Amino acid sequence: MSNHNSEILVEAQELQKYFPVKNFFGKSKQEVRAVDKISLSIRKGETFGLVGESGCGKSTFGRTLIRMYEPTGGNILYNGTDITTLKGKQLNAYRTKMQIIFQDPYSALDPHHNVREIISEPLSLEGNLSSSEMEERIVSLLKTVGMKPDDMEKYAYEFSGGQRQRIGIARALAVRPEFVLCDEPISALDVSIQAQVVNMLEDLQAEFGLTYLFVAHDLSMVRHISDRIGVMYLGKIVEIADSDELYDNPLHPYTKALLSAIPIADPKTARIAKRQIIKGDLPSPLNIPSGCRFHTRCPYAKPECAMTEPEFREVSDGHFVACHIV
Amino acid sequence: MEQKTKLLEVKNLNTTFQMQKNLVKAVRGVDIHVNKGEILSVVGESGSGKSVLMKSIMGILPENAQITAEQIRFESNDIQNISKEQQRKMRGKEIAMIFQDPMTALNPLKTIGQHLCEVLIRHRGMKKAEATKEAVEALKKVGIPSPESRLKQYPHEFSGGMRQRVLIAMALCCNPKLLIADEPTTALDVTIQAQILELLQELQEKEHMSIVLITHDLGVVASLSNRIVVMYGGLVMEEGLTDEIFYHPSHPYTRALLHAIPKPVTGVKERLEPIPGMAPSLLNPPSGCPFAERCNFATKKCLEGLPEYRKYSDTQRAMCIFTDEQLDQMKEKGEGTHVKS
Repeated sequence: MSNHNSEILVEAQELQKYFPVKNFFGKSKQEVRAVDKISLSIRKGETFGLVGESGCGKSTFGRTLIRMYEPTGGNILYNGTDITTLKGKQLNAYRTKMQIIFQDPYSALDPHHNVREIISEPLSLEGNLSSSEMEERIVSLLKTVGMKPDDMEKYAYEFSGGQRQRIGIARALAVRPEFVLCDEPISALDVSIQAQVVNMLEDLQAEFGLTYLFVAHDLSMVRHISDRIGVMYLGKIVEIADSDELYDNPLHPYTKALLSAIPIADPKTARIAKRQIIKGDLPSPLNIPSGCRFHTRCPYAKPECAMTEPEFREVSDGHFVACHIV
Repeated sequence: MEQKTKLLEVKNLNTTFQMQKNLVKAVRGVDIHVNKGEILSVVGESGSGKSVLMKSIMGILPENAQITAEQIRFESNDIQNISKEQQRKMRGKEIAMIFQDPMTALNPLKTIGQHLCEVLIRHRGMKKAEATKEAVEALKKVGIPSPESRLKQYPHEFSGGMRQRVLIAMALCCNPKLLIADEPTTALDVTIQAQILELLQELQEKEHMSIVLITHDLGVVASLSNRIVVMYGGLVMEEGLTDEIFYHPSHPYTRALLHAIPKPVTGVKERLEPIPGMAPSLLNPPSGCPFAERCNFATKKCLEGLPEYRKYSDTQRAMCIFTDEQLDQMKEKGEGTHVKS
């Protein structure tokens, strides 16, 4: 599936996003390093999964990558072009290439707009579409996501969660993007509906040759959909590998812990499985531990881990990890 | 199989909500029981009636809810026959409940200590000093480090996982015989989810408590529960031991649910089999099988009336006109892919 030599579509180089924390008087004293010098590249046509606990910065990374957030430092390359500092019309050209599907379909759709208005808004970016062309496009988009043309006049509250997510997907696809950030698109949906949406995302990828960055915390679904997976912890990527390699041969202690926390949907296997449950919560991103960020929760931590930050290196073909003990 | 004593036994429970002029039938004639010392999982999608069922038993539904039941027996008493005052005492003391969202279940203006002491003073008649001591013990029991200083903190100083632990500690203050956990891990990360589930299992073993786990995720319950009840459209579709449900599912809905989740163990990238359509409205529930509309094997007969339960063992029953063997045969022949459409 993933071809190591295939072309790179989006690349992050030492990408940073810091949020200032303001005190009572509006002066910023501290900063949250949500994304701390992340470098990774996403290939054309692949699905890159990004996993980690809430607060690790995975959504912030995705949103910085598509220029929804202003990066603090580093570069973003799209098809080889540096788009880090683009503004105005030049940036709008890339906005149509990069789209986002949000986690919560209940708050992502404007309750005052009907489906026609929701979907025609991004279409207006293309300019000069006649109203009949617009109509046609909306109808075909609704069909693509498995909805009926009559749904056009309805408002968001008339739909269930799964249908709203379909509308969100139709809106993202309206401008014919190449790259779609799927920001936890299924976490708010029922299990039976999750599978519908995941299958649809796969079909759309095949049909339109889309590239996905799939951000999620449900690791079993991520394995299912991703070609490659990156594991994030407190603003850093700790491991990247092909998805099967990552699940069969995880190297970083954090990845191991994350994987063993997945509930196993098979009672017999689950009963004999040895679970390695990590203790404690994610440390505050305001107060990032020294050295390896995971050392405070790592069962294998050595004194060295608290002192120096491990290098992110390739240990086997396409398998990268940042850990002193691997 | 040894004979198990039933802690809670509910027969023919119906819950309806009066919504303006409409009547929402959320639970329709459900029989359910909880054995002593077991973990029972109630699985279903949103709107299947799983939470309303347990809240009906707890008696914590809003005023517009109407609950009727042939029997709601807890140990030797029928809850319906005892006074409101006794019912109130029973709740919290004998039966405790924890909720999905640990962020909203705590009062932001009270310290964790005040939360815990309030329960201890009200239900166990303790004095302040004694209650504080007991509160420290309770926090220790649920694995919260340095409990003495944590008692003085406010909910906002706790993470989601820690808040859920506090809620469990509150629920355990009165040594309840039954703990009802309503999606206790849905709002939490996988790592924290694993911690909380482990804690629940530990508590059940140590304190010999019965636990009812309400969830939409079959994956979560596989390792944990002794028995599973699958609900849909306000009805119990299937009930059985965990292994029976996972390895011999006899209702098309249970089977469909199991197929809709990816299997992380095998690593084979099979295409997922989603369940088409969506859950029925409870406003006008279909007179027939509520799943018929989404069922691959549905026939005209399914729409006419509710099927009887078919017993597969002492512990397993399913509400479907077809036997599990008939379903297997139809699947093999490739029959039954949407008869109606």
